[in-house]
Amino acid sequence: MMKKLFLMYVLTCTLSLPVLAQFRVDVSGIGMNQLPIAVAVFRGEESSPQKISSIVQADLVRSGQFKGVEGVLTGLDELSRPDMSVWRQKGADSLVTGSVVRLADGRFDVRFRLWDVIKGQDLGGQSYAVTQADLRLSAHRIADFAYEKLTGEKGVFSTSISYVTKASQRYQLWVADADGENAQSAFASPEPIISPAWSPNGTQLAYVSFESRKPVIYTHDIVSGKRRLLANFKGSNSAPTWAPDGRSLAVTLSRDGGSQLFSLDATGGEPRRLSQSNSIDTEPAYSPDGKQIYFVSDRGGAPQIYKMSASGGSAERVTFGGNYNISPALSPDGRLMAYISRVNGAFKLHVMELSSGVVSAITDTLSDESPSFAPNSKLIVYATQFQGREALMTTTLDGKLKARLAGQNGDIREPAWGPFSK
Amino acid sequence: MRQLFWVIGAAVLMTGCGSAVKLDSVPVEDKSGVAVSQQAQDGESNAIAKSGVSAVDMGKSSPQVVAPAFPKVVYFEYDSIVIKPEFQTTIEAHARFIKQDKARKVALEGHTDERGGREYNLALGQKRAEAVKNALSLLGVPEAQLEAVSFGKEKPAVSGIDESAMSKNRRTEINYR
Repeated sequence: MMKKLFLMYVLTCTLSLPVLAQFRVDVSGIGMNQLPIAVAVFRGEESSPQKISSIVQADLVRSGQFKGVEGVLTGLDELSRPDMSVWRQKGADSLVTGSVVRLADGRFDVRFRLWDVIKGQDLGGQSYAVTQADLRLSAHRIADFAYEKLTGEKGVFSTSISYVTKASQRYQLWVADADGENAQSAFASPEPIISPAWSPNGTQLAYVSFESRKPVIYTHDIVSGKRRLLANFKGSNSAPTWAPDGRSLAVTLSRDGGSQLFSLDATGGEPRRLSQSNSIDTEPAYSPDGKQIYFVSDRGGAPQIYKMSASGGSAERVTFGGNYNISPALSPDGRLMAYISRVNGAFKLHVMELSSGVVSAITDTLSDESPSFAPNSKLIVYATQFQGREALMTTTLDGKLKARLAGQNGDIREPAWGPFSK
Repeated sequence: MRQLFWVIGAAVLMTGCGSAVKLDSVPVEDKSGVAVSQQAQDGESNAIAKSGVSAVDMGKSSPQVVAPAFPKVVYFEYDSIVIKPEFQTTIEAHARFIKQDKARKVALEGHTDERGGREYNLALGQKRAEAVKNALSLLGVPEAQLEAVSFGKEKPAVSGIDESAMSKNRRTEINYR
C-alpha cells in the first residue's frame, strides 16, 4: 500500500511541475582552443541550496570556450594554496576554489579564488554576501570573473534573456537567467505576444500584445510588475525598440495609413513621425551610439534593410544580397549587424560586418527568426525550428559553436538578450 | 482513500512552490523570498524579482453585436494585396450593411500565411486590411466606423504548410465589434 502511495506522490509531483522551468542545453560544434578549467567543489556546498561549483562550471563550458576538468572533493577553499602539480596532472590550466557559508541572518557568504595552475599564480578572488534567492547569481558572477580574466572578454553569465512561449492557445512572456534557470512569467495572455524589447538599463520590457484584438504596445516594469499602455493608436502598433538613452522608443504605427516609423516618448504622448514613404517601413533598430536607425523597408519593391538618421529623413540601403532581408539587430560594440535573409525559400541568420559590408551565413537551419546580440557582442540568440519544434539557439559569431535552448513543452520564440546589469 | 487524498494534496503543494524544488530537498523558510517560476494568470502582469502581481483589467466585454450573415472573409494571393473581383459583391454587401447604422463599428483584420518574419508580416497584413477598408470607403462607408488592424501570421485560420492551408490564411476578416 505504501509503495502505491509513494508512486502516486511521484506521479502527481511530475504532472504538476511548472512547465519551462529550465532549458535543456545542448552544445554542438567544435570550439577553437578550449581552455581546460577545474572548478573544485566549494567548501560548504553540500549543505547549500545551490551547488555553486556546478553552476560555475556549467556556465564556462556552455560558452564553448572552456573544457571542464573533473576533480574529487578535495577540501579546498578560497584560502587554501592548492597543490598545483596535482591539478597540472589532471590537465587543468586554471582552477577555481571557494566556499559558501550560511550566515546568522540567513544570507550566504560566497567566496572564491581563481588560480593559474601553470604559473602557480593567484589571479584574484571576491566575496559576496547574498540572499538565498541570489545564490545562483553569485555563481554566475564567479563565472563572469573567471571568463574575463582568462579570455579578456566580459562574460554574460549574469544576464537575462526574455522570450515568449505558446502552449495550447496560451502565450507567456518570460524572463530567465542566461542559462535558462529562474524563468519567471512577466505576463500571460490567451492572445499572442510578440517583439519583446529590453530597455537599456534592463528594468523594462516593451512588447506587442493582441489581448484587445489588435496589436498594441506595452512597457512593463520588471521590478514592480506594473505595465503602461504606450501605444494604442488607430490601427496597428508594433515593433518597439528603445533608443540607447532609454528616453524614447521607435515604433511602427499604421495610424497615418500603411506601416511607418515613429518616435514615442517612453512616458507616452504624441508620436513624432520618422519615415515618409508609401511603402512598408518597420522593425527599427538603433545604432549603439543612438545616431542612426536601421530598419526594414520595401520601398525598393522587396524588403531590404536601410539606415537613416535617428531624427528621420533620407535613407541609405544597407543590404544588397537576395530579395528579402529583415529583422536587423546591431551588436552593442557597433561593429556588426545580424539579420534574417531568405535564401532559396529558407530564412537564415546572417551577420554583416558594417565597416566592410562582408556578410556570413552562420546557421544550418531553415526557419531562423528574431536575432539578438548578447551585451558583450560575442554571442547571438535567435529562434529557429529544430526537429519540427520551435527552439532558441545561441551561436558564436563564426557559427562554430551553438547551444540549443529547448523549452520543455510547447513552442518558444521571440528571444531578446538583456543588457549587463548596472 | 483518505491516505490517497493527503498524498496527492502533499504532492500538489510541494510542486506548486517552485521550479527548482527537488523531491529530496528540505523546503527552507526564507523571509527574503525565493525566486519562483510563477505561472501568471491570464491578463495579470507580474513583477519578476518579487512575488507582487498587479491585476490588469481585461476590458469590458462587448455588448451584443449585430453582424450580417453573409461571408466576411476576403482572400488574397501570395505576396498580394489586390482584391479579386470575386469578392466585390461581398464588400458591397458589407458597405450597405454598415451604412445602415452609424453606430456599427467594423474592424478589418488582415492576416498572412506563416512564411517570413513576424513584424514584416504584421505590416503585410496591415496592407490587406487597408485594401478592404479603402474599398469600403470608396463605397461611402465613413472612416470613423472602420479600423484596419493586422494580426500578421499570429492567428492562422488553418494550420498546415501546404498551399491549400496557406491560401486560407492570406485574408482580411470583416468583424463587427
